Amino acid sequence: MHADMFVVRHSQSGAAHLIAQHVPKNISVINAGDGRHSHPTQGLLDVFTIRRHKPEMHNLRIAIVGDILHSRVARSEIHALTTLGVPEIRVIAPKTLLPNEVEKLGVQVYHDMKAGLKDVDVVMMLRLQNERMSGAMLPSSQEFFKTYGLTPEKLALARSDAIVMHPGPMNRGVEIDSRVADGTQAVILPQVTYGIAIRMATMAILAGGVV
Amino acid sequence: MKIHIKNGHLIDPKNKVNAKQDLYIAAGKIVGVGTAPAHFTASQTIDATGLIVAPGFVDLCARLREPGDEYKATLESELQAAAAARITSLSCPPDTDPVLDEPGLIEMLKLRGWRHNLARIYPLGALTQKLQGKNITEMYELTEAGCKGFTQADEPIVDTQVLWRAFEYAATFGYTIFLRPEDPFLGYEGVAHDGEVAGRLGLKGIPSAAESIRISTILRIAVETKAKVHFCRLSTAEGVALIREAKKNGIAITADVSAHHLHLTEHDIGYFNTLARLKPPLRTHRDREALCQGVKDGTIDAICSDHAPVDEDAKLMPFAEAEAGSTGVELLLPLTLKWADENKVSLYDAISTITMQPASILGIDSGHLSLNANADITLINTNAAWQVKAEALKSQGKNTVFINMEVTGKVISTLLNGQFTYQSNQ
Repeated sequence: MHADMFVVRHSQSGAAHLIAQHVPKNISVINAGDGRHSHPTQGLLDVFTIRRHKPEMHNLRIAIVGDILHSRVARSEIHALTTLGVPEIRVIAPKTLLPNEVEKLGVQVYHDMKAGLKDVDVVMMLRLQNERMSGAMLPSSQEFFKTYGLTPEKLALARSDAIVMHPGPMNRGVEIDSRVADGTQAVILPQVTYGIAIRMATMAILAGGVV
Repeated sequence: MKIHIKNGHLIDPKNKVNAKQDLYIAAGKIVGVGTAPAHFTASQTIDATGLIVAPGFVDLCARLREPGDEYKATLESELQAAAAARITSLSCPPDTDPVLDEPGLIEMLKLRGWRHNLARIYPLGALTQKLQGKNITEMYELTEAGCKGFTQADEPIVDTQVLWRAFEYAATFGYTIFLRPEDPFLGYEGVAHDGEVAGRLGLKGIPSAAESIRISTILRIAVETKAKVHFCRLSTAEGVALIREAKKNGIAITADVSAHHLHLTEHDIGYFNTLARLKPPLRTHRDREALCQGVKDGTIDAICSDHAPVDEDAKLMPFAEAEAGSTGVELLLPLTLKWADENKVSLYDAISTITMQPASILGIDSGHLSLNANADITLINTNAAWQVKAEALKSQGKNTVFINMEVTGKVISTLLNGQFTYQSNQ
């Protein structure tokens, strides 16, 4: 096919890496999300968003809330934030939605959302997949919203200038209250816009050699 | 043919021999240990100066992939590999296609194996039909056909009632049940140890408790039904502790570990290295140390290769979709010697874990150098170092993490029934 670049999204962790190992060196492979493992461009755009609004990365307290276990976004965010020297990263979730030994990724674990949001500068919400909303992981979306949904009352525990992020698409009333999603602290819409720029930049650097 | 093996250092744990002694062989049998029988004139003399002379090794788990999966490996290729690895007796699990659950299949496998005359095959029969965990097999007839025990290989028995009945039935005839302990629900779709590495790579984990919970269940049923149970492929520190405790309490059980698990951990997965996708999964350093200690103190009776040749394409997949397993027969000795060296275990005790002990678990007359025993003998240079190279492995499976690594312990020759099945160029 003589493609110069592959943009790969795959349900299996490690799929993009496998492809990258088997194509010639001059062909670029962009990982657009592999299983639960990694979503690098989302990680980059989230970091870009934080830098835009909170430039002092070494002085931030950041909370990531929701389904960490199945989230490639969370893993890429944690990887990016620890690399950039963010001193305190918290993950907030019930035990069923956390990987075993998640603290070894360099995060602090909170099960109580109110304690976890106390004095944070950034709240990163994660999308809860429909199939997790029943069964043995969670009893119902209503209960999840009560315990881990981001409401204005819970957000008030964070710093008054805290920003709220979400990788989209949002489940309003499941992980996030509409009043927060559309509120003044939300940077979710700019986040989407930055996503286009970050992905353009990624492609330009890899394909065009632009540095 | 009469063979005199002279000047070698004889190690034969069953007869508690660990000394420089000559060995005399006639008509495929051992006819003299230390001293030649009367009127013995050797037609061939082998100078084993500087070599260890030991019983042919016994491997508790080597998949030969026949019938059904000949694209992965064949009897011929895997028996050649076994001979090169000085394994003279090997036990193969029934996870073939079709499953080894009928006497005719066992007879055919034994016959085909015998024709190659490279190693003795002792098949394990399926515990349940088609390994589906529902109906038990004709264990009596399968034993008559040559099975040395019954197993589920890597397939679970989900229904505890079936497990109980299978134990009762096997116990009726005194057959040994070989089970790899893993809770079928906690292990479901898991591909790696549920820990740091699986968490970081986003792989579905199998918690350590999957093993310990299942061991507890099996132990309880074994006590109630008085079945003889052998635990296959332990992987966790908790599992080793449970087996140690059970043995202390007088429960008649045995256990083995794969040679890979004595050396590798979850960190060997690195960045999605599918060669490190094994069943059970590689676990933590703490688990690995407990396994090493478990073999040393006798909690774990035997080391096996858990040989699983996998074709290259089946490993060229995303980690979770890649086929599990590692080629192993040719690494059984070097990896056992490496374990012995690192854990300050004598060569005598190390040899025991791959000869007398597994033979006793299978209940076969093998793995020793008694008078009148079959002359299954191996000559080893324990000091010779060699590099594991894919092209040098006789097994059709080249899938091992140990490729390009240097190991110690080299074959000089293997005899089966007093006939050479393998001789190295050196």
